[in-house]
Amino acid sequence: MSEQPQSSAWSRLLRMARPRATRANALAALLALGLGFAIAAQVQQTDQSGLEQLREDELVRILDDISQEQNRLANDTRALEVTRDRLVSGADSSEEALKAAQDRLDTLGILTGTRPATGPGIVITIADPGQKVTAALLLDALQELRDAGAEAVQIGDVRVVADTWFADTDGGVQVSGETVRSPYVIKAIGDSATMASAMDIPGGVSESVRSQGATSTVDQQQSVARGQR
Amino acid sequence: MIPLLGLVGGVLVGLLWGPDVPLFLQPYLPIAVIAALDAVFGAVRAVLDGIFNDKVFVISFLANVVVAAFIVFLGDQLGVGAQLSTGVVVVLGVRIFSNVASIRRHLFGA
Repeated sequence: MSEQPQSSAWSRLLRMARPRATRANALAALLALGLGFAIAAQVQQTDQSGLEQLREDELVRILDDISQEQNRLANDTRALEVTRDRLVSGADSSEEALKAAQDRLDTLGILTGTRPATGPGIVITIADPGQKVTAALLLDALQELRDAGAEAVQIGDVRVVADTWFADTDGGVQVSGETVRSPYVIKAIGDSATMASAMDIPGGVSESVRSQGATSTVDQQQSVARGQR
Repeated sequence: MIPLLGLVGGVLVGLLWGPDVPLFLQPYLPIAVIAALDAVFGAVRAVLDGIFNDKVFVISFLANVVVAAFIVFLGDQLGVGAQLSTGVVVVLGVRIFSNVASIRRHLFGA
């Protein structure tokens, strides 16, 4: 019973598969040829997977990215060309180059604390008889100063640089391994008015210090000098 | 048998020749191929059902291809080309599976 429809199905399939020289059969063969060709072409096209495969909106996005990148690089090119022209056309080009290098060295030296720095700034003195000032408070003060545009900072005798660290210790705070005791003297070079107001904002450093029972004074000075590290 | 040979021959020609798909056909060819496959499986099923007709096959093949390409074209114009392509592929895939299931029942009784 179950064998009968199966065998008839196979035989029907075989009968249809026999070559018949009809126009419709030839047409069907032609269509199958086209289908096979299209499949192969499409598979190869997909394998290539270049930009041609992407849709319009994806292409637009890529184009935007490239345009922005190009603008950025063009700006870089212009800046570098200006520098090069200055170097080439300077009356004494080697002197000009030396000056540029020296400026850069000074800037980096001040930032890394390997050179003494002098300039307008503020001196913060924190008197802390109760020894309540913690490393975290000094770190907060440092961050406030940096946010306010401090270019160079010194705590006690220690120049603050990129790898400076703070730790609580008995009777004071360790700054990069050196123990700093009350009164803490923080010198910062930068825009003195901005830094002074940054220290005085509600919830800022001065208020935190007061809440710990310590006192702080902020002194704006025309010239603050800090030694090198 | 002749159409089957045609299919194999077409694949071989495509592989050996390796043509580039023209730009204006690129969005439509994948969908058209799927639609054509649907027509082919439908034809095999019709053979087994005993209702196969050459003319119906040729017309359904061409109609499938044209309609599928047109739907994708319409979707691209409306800005939903990607989603509509997915939808068409899903529908055709379901049809192919149901056709294959029917063929399987005819040939293997299971």
